Amino acid sequence: MSNKHETFARTIWVVLAVCLACSIIVAGSAVGLRSTQLANKEKDKQSNILAVAGLNTDKTSAEIFDSNIQTKLVDLDSGDFVENVDSKNYDQRKAAKDPARSIKLSEQQNVAKIGRRANLATVYLVSDDTGKLQRIILPVHGAGLWSTMYAFVAIKPDGNTVEAITYYDQGETPGLGGEVENPRWRSLWEGKELFDEQGAPAIKIVKGQASAGSTHEIDGLSGATLTSNGVQNTFTFWLGSEGFGPFLSKVQEGALNNG
Amino acid sequence: MAKSSELKAVLTSPIVNNNPIALQVLGVCSALAVTSTLETAVVMTLAVLFVTAFSNLFISMIRHHIPNSVRIIVQMTIIASLVIVVDQVLRAYAFSLSKQLSVYIGLIITNCIVMGRAEAFAMKNKPLASFMDGVGNGLGYGFVLVIVGAFRELFGAGALFGIEILPLTSNGGWYQSNGLLLLPPSAFFIIGGLIWIIRTLKPEQVEPKE
Repeated sequence: MSNKHETFARTIWVVLAVCLACSIIVAGSAVGLRSTQLANKEKDKQSNILAVAGLNTDKTSAEIFDSNIQTKLVDLDSGDFVENVDSKNYDQRKAAKDPARSIKLSEQQNVAKIGRRANLATVYLVSDDTGKLQRIILPVHGAGLWSTMYAFVAIKPDGNTVEAITYYDQGETPGLGGEVENPRWRSLWEGKELFDEQGAPAIKIVKGQASAGSTHEIDGLSGATLTSNGVQNTFTFWLGSEGFGPFLSKVQEGALNNG
Repeated sequence: MAKSSELKAVLTSPIVNNNPIALQVLGVCSALAVTSTLETAVVMTLAVLFVTAFSNLFISMIRHHIPNSVRIIVQMTIIASLVIVVDQVLRAYAFSLSKQLSVYIGLIITNCIVMGRAEAFAMKNKPLASFMDGVGNGLGYGFVLVIVGAFRELFGAGALFGIEILPLTSNGGWYQSNGLLLLPPSAFFIIGGLIWIIRTLKPEQVEPKE
């Protein structure tokens, strides 16, 4: 390298020019692609909700979301619907990080190892074309072995029986813990009951095979004990009093029967 | 300099003769992480190929203006910008894949191949040759990734590109999958085996005994 490249002013000038050019490219791509990215995210979420909604129609997903699926917010402490917040644009993950809109879980409460919990949770009410309520979809999440695992659970309007479950965002070991996405395993959940006769959370992930005829037990994932524990903890938390417990007990008493 | 035979040599030699993973043993970290399925391996290859090719091109274009004292930082800035662009494009047009590749796209910045080629080749050669060198090294990286990815997905998950080839016992078939192959360490064994095969076929690659 010759000397003329090595003066102080020239070094600064080259660095500034490179930075300027690079920042224009980066900012341009980020801004230019933003709308496509957001649309993708929304579509991804919607397709996961539809996967557990169990609707048999040939409508497009946007039409279904307009006519058959209601997005509602639930105050987790009281279990009541909240109407004065815009449910379509509510971001539960963001809210869980905001001290004003979430609570910090104490060590005993933090079963699912999620740290903070938003005060409001999104639920989706699925009704058929006659307007009759078919399923309630609850979002749940909890720590697995490597990652926080996010799932949608669809239950019957009785607030107790599982219709379907889908894990849509997780980073567990592919082939082992990642099998939470396996359709065969997910189908084991169908018809299981979340609560026992006393109304206590009763979902149990058992090692090996669930006993025949059990309404609460689900096979563990082989080779993925820690992920299975994570699934167990997720359900223990979200069915409990800090999770959807208050909401579901109101559902069981018939809070949604009026419409 | 820019004769077509030389350009061709620059393009093809990194694929087997001077393979960045098998001979130089660079970029192994990402090769372990993204090869559990063939599809992620292919997308990762394309991403790395794009970044090595264009970082080499741009760095070569301004190589006479880059002050020696800050050259690594200038290279990093260009590489990092390209990686961010790739990440943004994947998020916009291949959302589910970018979800699977997650942080590893961002980690291309730290992939030794990109930096190594910029420093070793692009700083000394003309833009076109540098671009070809970048493409060649991307292909060499991809060559290893695709072999490892195909092996791991076929025997670990009984499928290729997600299409079932060996029906798994867990889905009612006959093939008992090999769980080890789905874990990152298995890529070590496969890459080790590949290096062994290549060096047996091409003994000139074996390092002299010290």
